[in-house]
Amino acid sequence: MAIAPPADRMWWRTPVARPEIIWIVVSFLWGLVMFFTMIYWHAYGKQNLSNETYRTTPMKYSAKVDEMVGKFQVRDDNGIPVVRPPAGGDVYMLARTWMWYPHIELVKGQSYKFHFSSLDLQHGFSLQPVNVNLQVHPGYEHVLTFTPDESGEYSVVCNEFCGLGHHLMLGKIYVVEK
Amino acid sequence: MVATPESLPLPAAHEEPRFRTCASTGLKIHLAAQTLIKANAVTAVVFLAIGGLFGLLVALTRWPAVHLLPADWFYLVLTAHGLDVLLLWIIFFEIAILYFASAVLLGSRIAAPRVAWAAYALMLIGGLITNVAVLQGGSTVMFTSYTPMMAAPNFYLGLIIFAVGALVALGVFFGTLVVARDERTYEGSVPLVTFGAITAAIIAVFTLASGAIILIPTYLWSLGLISMPDPLTYKLIWWGMGHSSQQINVSAHVSIWYLIAAVVLGAKPLSEKVSRMAFFLYILFLQLASAHHLMVEPGLSSEWKVFNTSYAMYLAVLGSMIHGMTVPGAIEAAQRANGYDKGLFGWLRHAPWGNPAFAGMFLSLIMFGFIGGISGVVLGTEQINLIMHNTIYVPGHFHGTVVAGTTLAFMAGTWLLLPLIFQREIIWPRIARWQPYIFAIGAGGISLFMMGAGTLGVARRHWDITFADASMSFSYPPAAFLMMGLNGICALFAATGGIMYILTVVATVLWGKRIADGQAVQLASPKARVVTEYGSIEHPKIPGTIILTVIFFVAFVLYYYVNWKYLAEVWPMR
Repeated sequence: MAIAPPADRMWWRTPVARPEIIWIVVSFLWGLVMFFTMIYWHAYGKQNLSNETYRTTPMKYSAKVDEMVGKFQVRDDNGIPVVRPPAGGDVYMLARTWMWYPHIELVKGQSYKFHFSSLDLQHGFSLQPVNVNLQVHPGYEHVLTFTPDESGEYSVVCNEFCGLGHHLMLGKIYVVEK
Repeated sequence: MVATPESLPLPAAHEEPRFRTCASTGLKIHLAAQTLIKANAVTAVVFLAIGGLFGLLVALTRWPAVHLLPADWFYLVLTAHGLDVLLLWIIFFEIAILYFASAVLLGSRIAAPRVAWAAYALMLIGGLITNVAVLQGGSTVMFTSYTPMMAAPNFYLGLIIFAVGALVALGVFFGTLVVARDERTYEGSVPLVTFGAITAAIIAVFTLASGAIILIPTYLWSLGLISMPDPLTYKLIWWGMGHSSQQINVSAHVSIWYLIAAVVLGAKPLSEKVSRMAFFLYILFLQLASAHHLMVEPGLSSEWKVFNTSYAMYLAVLGSMIHGMTVPGAIEAAQRANGYDKGLFGWLRHAPWGNPAFAGMFLSLIMFGFIGGISGVVLGTEQINLIMHNTIYVPGHFHGTVVAGTTLAFMAGTWLLLPLIFQREIIWPRIARWQPYIFAIGAGGISLFMMGAGTLGVARRHWDITFADASMSFSYPPAAFLMMGLNGICALFAATGGIMYILTVVATVLWGKRIADGQAVQLASPKARVVTEYGSIEHPKIPGTIILTVIFFVAFVLYYYVNWKYLAEVWPMR
């Protein structure tokens, strides 16, 4: 019984039954398969997270954001600028309590170098309804390349709790045909 | 905190340890240990009641049609929910399990009962301080309290005191193992259940130390004494407590599975070697479990993420997969030996489903494997995490492990603890009989529906998924709202099961019929006539378990690749 010392004092010498051995081997191999699937996806998959990150400060980062807004603003959404950076160019997304700044317009099928950082707390970049989720930290500038493959209006929800107005934080990314 | 034999206070001559012998199991029970187990278990149940109520309020707020609490209360209650159930209910109950698995199962006196009471007091005081800090409103930072968000200093102070108390209790546990060995209270190796408890305790030392390491500087920061801990470093170390401690729960509840199977059915492990190895894998490959929470974080390389979530071969997962076969296998072998030997599943059909200890244990086993286990591996896959991180899929996963798995197993264990340790007959057996089923429907349901809503993108820790007050408009798909509604309904089931448990336990402890010292109670389920078709007692055959294992494996593989398919459909990124 599992609540008494093993009846056989040499319990480590007793043989193991076949089904148990087979299951251990199958489970072990499955673990290897799962490990190599992640590596395979790095080589052949199209959705991998970039590791490119820089140290930054809220001041340095918001200067870059402001520069982008000054150059590429095309209109505004209730006072929040909408910018249309050139294809292949840099897009600076800023998270702060409680907004995503600015709103972005992209062209379908083009690649953009997105930058993410926060001015204050941690925030969660959750692109809907695509469903891509990234953590955004203050002090770190995370860079990755997105290629939107369908046009439409996308929303950026904050999915890291950031205080009482957390649920008000909603940004927009528009993907247009050209 | 491991106490050495020299440092253990020897009982003075006038206070020889007093024992009673349990007439039902033959176990020799140290009365001081018994009182400590009672105190820790009762405190755990009180925190479950409080934290469970908070959980119900959270689920009712996230049910779009009900949307019960205002935003500030919602976030406050959510913080308290995590604290009270994930930390206080579970760790208090685990301390009770550790004392049971050491002093009671080894028939030993507990080492240093006074120190154990000091540990209990520290844990209780710490828990209360943090609870008060949260309820005062200045510490609505979620249980995870990520920097730069700052809570009131007492929030961190209470957690630190609690962690220190729990570390002292672990010291008592290790001390008791030394006492039992020195005083030769048992022959040979420790029982498997004790072995599992040792695994849990070793992991607990690591996790509680991680918690103290990060919370102490965070506390000093909240007092204005030092600068802020870096948010990424904070997360890395905090989750060394937050996630690795879930491996304590796994070790503890797997031990409970073996315990209940042994007491109710007389089950013995198919192979001591395999089951112990599986526990040992938890210690060796206690992943740097923080990695699971840092998959979409800036500043860490993919190599680091891939390696640390899997250690290249998922050996901790292997440990759980092994238990997933050996526990039902042991039950099948025992049932067949007890005479329930007809066909492939006669052993399962004739299992004591009316015994809440067995029913809770088996439901916990199934749901932990199918829901919590599989979803955890999928969620912890580096790239798949992109479509799940911080969505409500995450709470879906861990309600599958911690509620449907651990909490249900602990509840099942309680039905044995009441007659054995509290020496009371369960006061309302019919309520106890239905309790595991009601709770399992609720716990399984909330896990699955949160996972469903999370797959559709719904954010966790979010007060209003309609964004009614936001300056822009967006709404999740209608199916997500349906899922959140179903989650609310299942939460009502879970709450009902929880209330049935708490009321029955409290009433039994207070007013249950006393079981006299020499009086035995019927714990084992009755045996049928013994006819063996499959195997023998020495070489049991477990065809039913093999089929269950194959079903599990197929579900695992399919679900894993379905999620890769989902990932392949999102915007290309690199």
